[in-house]
Amino acid sequence: MTQANPQLNQHGELIHLLSIEGLSREILHGILDRAEPFTAVAEREVKKVPLLRGKSVFNLFFENSTRTRTTFEIAAKRLSADVINLNINTSSAAKGESLLDTVDNLAAMQADMFVVRHASSGAPYLIAQHLAATGRDHIHVVNAGDGRHSHPTQGLLDMYTIRHYKQDFTKLTVAVVGDILHSRVARSQLHALVTLGVPEIRLVGPQTLLPTAAAQMIPNAPLRVCHDMAEGLRGADVVMMLRLQNERMQGALLPSPQEYFKSYGLTPEKLALAKPDAIVMHPGPMNRGVEIDSAVADGRQAVILPQVTFGIAVRMAVMSMLAGVSQ
Amino acid sequence: MKIEIKNGRVIDPASGLDRATSVFATAGRIVGIGDKAPGGFQAEGVIDATGCVVCPGLVDLSARLREPGFEYKATLESEMAAAAAGGVTRLVCPPDTDPPLDEPGLVEMLKHRARQPGFAHVHPMGALTVGLAGQRLTEMAELTEAGCIAFGQASVSIVDTQVLMRAMQYAATFGFPVWLQAQDAHLAKLGVAHDGAVSARLGLAGIPVVAETVALATYLQLARETGARLHVRRLSSAAGLAMIRAARADGLAVSCDITVQHLHLCDEDIGFFDAHMRLDPPLRSATDRAALAAGLADGSIDVLCSDHTPVDDDAKQQPFGEAEAGATGLELLLPLTLRWAMEAGIPLPQALARVTSDPARILGLLDRGCGRLVPGAPADICVFDPAARFTVSRERLKSQGKNTPFLGRELQGEVRYTLIDGHLAYSADRLL
Repeated sequence: MTQANPQLNQHGELIHLLSIEGLSREILHGILDRAEPFTAVAEREVKKVPLLRGKSVFNLFFENSTRTRTTFEIAAKRLSADVINLNINTSSAAKGESLLDTVDNLAAMQADMFVVRHASSGAPYLIAQHLAATGRDHIHVVNAGDGRHSHPTQGLLDMYTIRHYKQDFTKLTVAVVGDILHSRVARSQLHALVTLGVPEIRLVGPQTLLPTAAAQMIPNAPLRVCHDMAEGLRGADVVMMLRLQNERMQGALLPSPQEYFKSYGLTPEKLALAKPDAIVMHPGPMNRGVEIDSAVADGRQAVILPQVTFGIAVRMAVMSMLAGVSQ
Repeated sequence: MKIEIKNGRVIDPASGLDRATSVFATAGRIVGIGDKAPGGFQAEGVIDATGCVVCPGLVDLSARLREPGFEYKATLESEMAAAAAGGVTRLVCPPDTDPPLDEPGLVEMLKHRARQPGFAHVHPMGALTVGLAGQRLTEMAELTEAGCIAFGQASVSIVDTQVLMRAMQYAATFGFPVWLQAQDAHLAKLGVAHDGAVSARLGLAGIPVVAETVALATYLQLARETGARLHVRRLSSAAGLAMIRAARADGLAVSCDITVQHLHLCDEDIGFFDAHMRLDPPLRSATDRAALAAGLADGSIDVLCSDHTPVDDDAKQQPFGEAEAGATGLELLLPLTLRWAMEAGIPLPQALARVTSDPARILGLLDRGCGRLVPGAPADICVFDPAARFTVSRERLKSQGKNTPFLGRELQGEVRYTLIDGHLAYSADRLL
């Protein structure tokens, strides 16, 4: 059964941002292009543009995240929107209200945009489909991370960063290193890298942290699984590290953070296997000494802080694009 | 009431009978099949089955009625209406009610409530262990006396293999059949979809095929060791099917079934997190689906069941992983059987056998005429129009469970009449 991609309208325009999957190269570059001028807004004395003035952006966080919520809040405020932050795992859901009841209630408060973070893969799809089925698809949904599935604005800001430093995607070798199994960031990165034409993508990690069908997860994509870190890094242009969650460091997935660091932690010695001008990325927050050595995190090849800065601009681009306004 | 069903294409899958003739029923039994009425037969009701197939009422080896305990999802009344509308005249309900069917009193009550004119014959499956908790054996002899036809654990696995072996030994002592779903509880833990490319892409926690095969290996060895009559419910994978074939080739008497969902769908149908595709066991790969269809055709898989599971909207309209597994199916068993027959080029009598005589055989009731159209058999009869098309919709479904992956799909094969014990349980038209 084929279903219509719920994040595009019938003209193929973006109405929600739910996943990178299914977005064309043109749409991806369109978002990145739109983000360029927004990087300058942050450098002005008055860090605001009036594009979303009078619009209400609801941050619906069914799962806690201070950092991501804050970046969305900053992006919306720089666009002059009114921002309402809701931490729902401590309010309605705890009282037994269903996800769609919560959405109905907030929609009745004349929301213009929902920024949704949820622990279950696909939850923003359910919300977007529900809004469409009830004739309220003028409310835009931005996925701020759903389960293990997707974190599209993170994927986009990573692409912005790569484009900024490397320009041409079609000549790159990219290594994604770490807990790919549980990572929504990795899934978004992979879809974006494939769509933008990266010819070699290496998935690096132990078998316990990779999906069983890792190499097949995107049809006809140049994905290669490397259990050996050295093999994964050799000649890479971009090294994308993933965060290892605390609860996964000890137990049946990994014996200890120390052993993980020994095999898959990014040290200057291992980074030396990559191209001399390779960049190192991390979505944050970092576990220094677990997935990345401080010498690398603070080294000249790291672009981790620029990622954060670009993230605001990319989120501004996404929000203004969905709202149908341009600068 | 004396009923004549005339002008139909009469099919008795067990004997291979397939010709245009009449069926005569009196006092709940079939009294004649042929062009002439038995001596002294004076029809009080006539069903004109022109253009229709007349076959035994369908026998469904897995249909949840949700009573007792889940009446907000479905009731005996709603699901019996669904069964009759689907041409299903006999069904087995799994023990995962609340409380579970682990006490004779509960089983007697269910049997009693279901014993009404126009209701399908209900065969409860007793819980193999108390509370389905996998620790203490149930009173299987008492439960059998109360009406249980087999024993199983529904979707709950027994973690303690020693308890499982004891349960199979005990059941084997008395010849009680043991019906199990092959799923290793630990390997399936937290999983919500088949562990493959689709779950990897969608970020859904996977249930690997080895969750089925590891459990199945245990069951097959224990069946051989204990002599228990094992029926494997809801098989899902090509690898599992290969193990069943090998065990049979090795002389083990083991039977198995699959669901209509697993016959027609695979993990790719999950699309954009369609929670209708959240099923237990999970929909597996397209390769698995094809293997199951081939196994059903060659008889390696004995039975096709609906695995009818009414799920209320509150439980279904959730993110995929949080949605309750299950689909309504009693009314779709026949059209989905026909669709398989058409797609795979299976002759109609052979296809219908998988939902009539074969399940009756697994129940040990074939010799008593269940799942058959022969003189002396119970007048459990389905009359359907094989050419009539309809679209599956919430409004059309009589079941209280409105959720199925087939919503909105056009299917072929519409039940016109259902007779249960000679009683007209469902009629799409008026009697002549």
